Amino acid sequence: MSAAAGGDGAKALVVRDVVAGYVPELDILRGASLEVRDREIVTVLGPNGAGKSTLMKAIAGLVPVRSGSIRMFGDELVGVPAHRMVSRGLAFVPQTGNVFPRLSVQENLEVGAAARGARDGLSDDLGRMYQLFPRLGERRRQAAGTLSGGERQMVAVARALMSRPRVLMLDEPSAGLSPLFVGIVFSKVREVRDLGLTVLVVEQNARAALAISDRGYVLAEGRDRIEGEARALLENPEVGALYLGARQALA
Amino acid sequence: MIQYVVDGIVVGATLALGAIGLTLTYNILRFANFAHGEFLTFGAYFALVFAAFFASAGTIGPLTFGWGFLVAVAIAIVLTALLALGLDRLLFRPLRRSDVTVTLVIASFGASLMLRNVVVFLWGSRPEYYSRNIAVSSEIVPGVRMSGDEVFVVVITALLMLALHLFLTRTSLGRSMRAVSDDPALARVAGIDVQAVIRWTWFIGAGLAAVAGILFGLTVQISSEMGFNLILPMFAAAILGGIGSIYGAVLGGLIIGLAQSMSVPLIGPAYKPAVAFLLMFAILLVYPKGILGDRS
Repeated sequence: MSAAAGGDGAKALVVRDVVAGYVPELDILRGASLEVRDREIVTVLGPNGAGKSTLMKAIAGLVPVRSGSIRMFGDELVGVPAHRMVSRGLAFVPQTGNVFPRLSVQENLEVGAAARGARDGLSDDLGRMYQLFPRLGERRRQAAGTLSGGERQMVAVARALMSRPRVLMLDEPSAGLSPLFVGIVFSKVREVRDLGLTVLVVEQNARAALAISDRGYVLAEGRDRIEGEARALLENPEVGALYLGARQALA
Repeated sequence: MIQYVVDGIVVGATLALGAIGLTLTYNILRFANFAHGEFLTFGAYFALVFAAFFASAGTIGPLTFGWGFLVAVAIAIVLTALLALGLDRLLFRPLRRSDVTVTLVIASFGASLMLRNVVVFLWGSRPEYYSRNIAVSSEIVPGVRMSGDEVFVVVITALLMLALHLFLTRTSLGRSMRAVSDDPALARVAGIDVQAVIRWTWFIGAGLAAVAGILFGLTVQISSEMGFNLILPMFAAAILGGIGSIYGAVLGGLIIGLAQSMSVPLIGPAYKPAVAFLLMFAILLVYPKGILGDRS
């Protein structure tokens, strides 16, 4: 145990054999495991209903974990209330409803910094976000609910970054965005990693996500099925099969 | 006629303060709290009890009360807020887990009845006044008479609203409250302690209700029924302004107050309560979500 814990300390995120679900009788994750190394971008792929979003929510403390362990830089996260994750260094951007619509852009960002506690550096952090997303600077006084889908996604990511996290989790950041914005969002994910963050992304848009990732996992039926370098996954026929198979089943 | 406008503003100020609390709890806890009227009643009686302790302090200028009364007001605010927190802990919080909003609303009806009976038990059902001093009205501008107490009511209300506005927009806790009201699930993800924010919401909503009750007691009278009589106009104010909007509650309070007051010379005082609701219906026909309601 102690040896394993020591080894895990070097890793940003270690998810081991996690069983989780929203209601007691129905497990959505049935023994999912993954590892994310410090300053890595890792993408989780998988067909609809594979448990990708549930995995993120389990890590974020939003779905009860029945067994298994989730460690971030060696600290156990299972059992930590969701609102304390931010102060542990974990920031989560949900897929939908990820901005406060009646708050202005700037207020959304300020709320993001609130849980950090320290009041100093707030204006520095705001400045950095407006540098990263110049569009948000132009709209800082506008209510977030009035922005376009792509701009909202920027607000959501910036809000998460305001908490100065060590690990950032993005649930389908490209969902519902135009191809132009998909490109912008993923290039920002790269920039964010270069600032020293570790990023875990869940995506349907496999190609765009793997293009900026170091490694990837394919999730199916609540378990991790395939793990590999992003480039290798892109060329893996089995990945294509799992993906296209799911798409065809839906259509 | 101008006199009725001024009277309407005085009543409207009280309604507005009460409606802010209603709209805050509705917005953050997502239920219509019918026991909110009793917070006004309790606030008024708490102040009555403590005002008696400080009665010897004399009066300030044209007002019918002195500094001691303001101390009593502060104590009443805290006690009323604690009453609201206790009610939330014992009644509303366990019921919130059920996810059926109507349960909370009916429970608040029950709490309202129970609290009203507690008031009668503790203080009797006879109307009371803070002071036997007569509030002397003087002509402020030609044709408009206001007593010192009435001016006090309007000034205090304006100051409290300004303070609330600054609190909600300039402080971290205020922004967190608005974030929770926008999206409680996201607020939790963003690291906000939603339970703590809910406690502050009760504290502020009930505190403002206590002030509203005390101001009503100053300009009208204190009675066990006052909160019950004011709850429906307060709801009308909150709804026509756009439920969930604090500025809407203020605007709604003033509109209802003015409409009730100005209907007196036109159709007589007996129909005052009906006027509030007729106006609410008329405004909702034009603005289904209230004047300042969320249009997204």
